[in-house]
Amino acid sequence: MSKPKAAFYWCASCGGCEEAVVDLAEAILDVVQAVEIVLWPVALDFKLEDVQAFRPGEITVSFINGSVRSSEHEMWVKLLREKSQLIVAFGACAHLGGIPGLANCTSRDQIFQNKYVRSATVVNPKNVLPQTQTWVDQYNLELPEMWNTVCCLDQVIDVDYYLPGCAPPPDSIAKAVQAILSGNLPPKGSVLASEKSLCETCPRNETKPETFTIDSFRRLATDTPDPEKCFLVDGFVCMGPATRGGCGERCIRGNMPCRGCFGPTPDTLDQGAKFLSSLGSVSRGKTVEEARSFADSLADPLGTLYRFSLPSSLLQRRSCNKEVS
Amino acid sequence: MPTEPFEPKLIGFLCRWCAYTGADLAGTSRLQYPSNLTAIRVMCSGRVDPTFIIKALADGADGVLIAGCHPGDCHYSEGNYRTQRRYPLLTDLLDQFGVERERVRLEWISASEGERFAQVVRDLTETVRALGPLQWKQRREALA
Amino acid sequence: MTQRITINPITRLEGHGKIEIFLDAAGDVERAFFQVPELRGFETFCLGKPAEEMATITPRICGVCPTAHHMASVKALDDLWKVEPPPTAKKLRELAYNSFMFEDHLLHFYYLGGPDFVVGPVAPKAERNILGVIGKVGLEVARKLIQIRKDVRQMLETMMGKVIHPVFGLPGGVSKGMTEEERAEYLKIAERAVEFAQFSLTVFDSIVLQNDKLLDLIFDEAYEHKTYYMGLVDKKGRVNFYDGDVRVVYPNGKELEKFSPWEYREHIAEHVEPWSYITFPYLKRVGWAGFVDGPSSGVYRVAPLARLNVCEGMATPLAQAEHDRMYATLGGKPAHQTLAFHWARLVEALQAAERMRELLMDSEITGREIRTRPTATPQEGVGIVEAPRGTLIHHYWTDPKGLLTIVNLIVATNHNAAPIAMSVEKAARASIKHGEVDEGLLNMVEMAFRAYDPCHACATHTLPGQMPLRARIHDHEGHLIRVLCKDGP
Ligand code: SF4
Ligand code: SF4
Ligand code: SF4
Ligand code: FES
Repeated sequence: MSKPKAAFYWCASCGGCEEAVVDLAEAILDVVQAVEIVLWPVALDFKLEDVQAFRPGEITVSFINGSVRSSEHEMWVKLLREKSQLIVAFGACAHLGGIPGLANCTSRDQIFQNKYVRSATVVNPKNVLPQTQTWVDQYNLELPEMWNTVCCLDQVIDVDYYLPGCAPPPDSIAKAVQAILSGNLPPKGSVLASEKSLCETCPRNETKPETFTIDSFRRLATDTPDPEKCFLVDGFVCMGPATRGGCGERCIRGNMPCRGCFGPTPDTLDQGAKFLSSLGSVSRGKTVEEARSFADSLADPLGTLYRFSLPSSLLQRRSCNKEVS
Repeated sequence: MPTEPFEPKLIGFLCRWCAYTGADLAGTSRLQYPSNLTAIRVMCSGRVDPTFIIKALADGADGVLIAGCHPGDCHYSEGNYRTQRRYPLLTDLLDQFGVERERVRLEWISASEGERFAQVVRDLTETVRALGPLQWKQRREALA
Repeated sequence: MTQRITINPITRLEGHGKIEIFLDAAGDVERAFFQVPELRGFETFCLGKPAEEMATITPRICGVCPTAHHMASVKALDDLWKVEPPPTAKKLRELAYNSFMFEDHLLHFYYLGGPDFVVGPVAPKAERNILGVIGKVGLEVARKLIQIRKDVRQMLETMMGKVIHPVFGLPGGVSKGMTEEERAEYLKIAERAVEFAQFSLTVFDSIVLQNDKLLDLIFDEAYEHKTYYMGLVDKKGRVNFYDGDVRVVYPNGKELEKFSPWEYREHIAEHVEPWSYITFPYLKRVGWAGFVDGPSSGVYRVAPLARLNVCEGMATPLAQAEHDRMYATLGGKPAHQTLAFHWARLVEALQAAERMRELLMDSEITGREIRTRPTATPQEGVGIVEAPRGTLIHHYWTDPKGLLTIVNLIVATNHNAAPIAMSVEKAARASIKHGEVDEGLLNMVEMAFRAYDPCHACATHTLPGQMPLRARIHDHEGHLIRVLCKDGP
């Protein structure tokens, strides 16, 4: 019997998801033994035509990391969808949009202006900007067009499973691969991680009373978290209540609060809104003024509550009338 | 040809113990107020998860009203305080998304304040009318 | 006849890199373009955020060297709030940073760039990968390699919460200290790290330096560029990855300038081309003269060889001896051989390991005071570190609340973008004459490329891996007339 075929592909990715695969260390050799890798752009030279030549469904599983933000990405992931039985969105970027998805609070124009014109070190008197087509003498050079909006994978193709995390921890990668190889899979659409919230497995949960209140949030800039207390009780934003467990509470063990890379808890539509909801009982005040000052202590709610999930959130991006016209 | 006046679509999350009854009263008293608001009865304003509000806006509402019992009158004692605490955070957040704060309003309306309810709806309708349609989906897609 | 050659090396350069080579009417190389087809816009989407979050946001610029971004960011935050971390915190950061340098350099040597040398540039493609390296150096060594990397990365995970995208540094210090038990355990790892780095140099010695063919390759003129060099040095002018002043030397090795991180804008500017999303930094004092080397072109190089070229010496004794040996072999300082980056990388790995050991022998590292609480009103801060791939600059401006108003980042691969394009062009010139494309082209281009270590996500070369290259040659009407493939099955 021939080995199952597996493909890896990356869209707008930082490479950390690939590193996570390398961190499987010896375990990776087992994976190699069990599957035939038919696409891995960082490591192997397979051509577009090679993938096109596959029959629909001939690839058992494609792992795709990075967020989707150009027509080139779109073309590739649609092709892989057609040729694969299973698509796994690998890592926070593919799952939720990830940190690059924060670009949805700005626009391509602003990004270009800041990078190529207003930058503190750029010298660009003619306001040159990257172009999708450039003629240098008689030679034509092309660049892919960047989308204004960063997408997560399931906004572009149908996704079977999600492997959360930025980056996913090696043990959860190994588990997922095992599950796929053995066919022992949960229902389609599942996130391959815990069904609990991070708080439920957090070692600091014991220090978190049933009800507690705080006056205002503290900033990591000027305060150091207590090494044992629940961050929220201690006054720091910790996304634990709205975040799916399964990461091994990595940040918490580093004495830093969770920023939510595992995405929303099960059955949660919107990670940011869910966290916001939990804040109602956390702040103390009974007056409008107190509520206002509590809100003021949380700088940048959008970037904090949707650190990893802006593209997959209900509103998906910033938009205002001004920008449309 | 005059363009059709914009009729805002509003969703109201109304606490059954107070504002919802207030709305009923406004209706039975035949008070004049615009029919733009679709009322949804909730057990307590404290139960209005920010998710509902954001989802309403994402799905086509132009504005949202959250109405509950006056401070101190909540049947679950703390519910409306919770809402009050979340409200400024929610509007800050919406502002960052580019949704004008005025589109989401929090009001305390007792069961007997039919006229107040009518007034709030009139106000919100006019405020949102002045802001224009939200049409989140179209706006968002225009920026894709 | 005009030909167009596209090489799609798919490297990890904030996106997938691409090279276009154009031939003139005579069939010789007229120009090579190195394009980066992606931009993510961190400088813009971070605006308005609390500055301290940059330490955990910016690592996502590159998951291959997240620790470098983390540290550059944290140092910019120290500067922003004008706080000096307590000695313990500083040592913990330096330890984490040197450990990261060590394992990253090793990964590059054994998994990515090394196979060219260790297994040999003309070895069958199926052997030119980590498995081939294992075959050559033996399973015992391979096991040691995997073990030491695993141990160091495990230690980093414990120290910094996460090894990919750490959560550790805070303005004025770190989030977590170290226990005595941990120190004892890590010291053992550091000892082994030093040994392994030394051993790796002997591997390089016996396999590369004792082999005339490989030595010739290092000295091959096609892999040479006489550029300026840039790197951080400490007060005594020695290599320092974590801290110091930026020193720039002329192609002849004389000092052009030395400046503090705060002054970088007076010395570095960036050039924009419409055909790439990456910018091309150059030395302001010299000016942008295009993609050329020599003293009248502001193009400079960074990364291991550049750092060794700018320093007065190494900061640790064993590395110093290796440094001397390297320059004796290469014919003095500075060395311009692009392929010597690999050698320099191993010398640096040794310094990093020695520093790990030094820091872990210092009992202050387990001190309890790990943070100086910032109290000043923030305004502007600059942080510079040496990432494995070169000088990395973070510069933030904030409002009085510490919310970001301007962000300027110059990442390691930025600096090398122009040199990479030039190296590729040079390799192409050497192997394309009168329209005849030598089969060796791709090999040379690939080796030129790898020397810069454009990023080691490419080092997921654990598998049959090779950096895949393909040249498509088109006639002047755009018809595909020939495809050159390398290492593709
Ligand atoms: S999920 Fe995290 S590690 Fe993976 S590509 Fe995105 S930013 Fe990098
Ligand atoms: S809020 Fe954070 S620290 Fe507290 S229990 Fe939840 S995950 Fe743990
Ligand atoms: S603690 Fe939160 S942010 Fe950190 S790894 Fe776990 S889920 Fe991700
Ligand atoms: S019961 Fe009306 S607001 Fe709580």
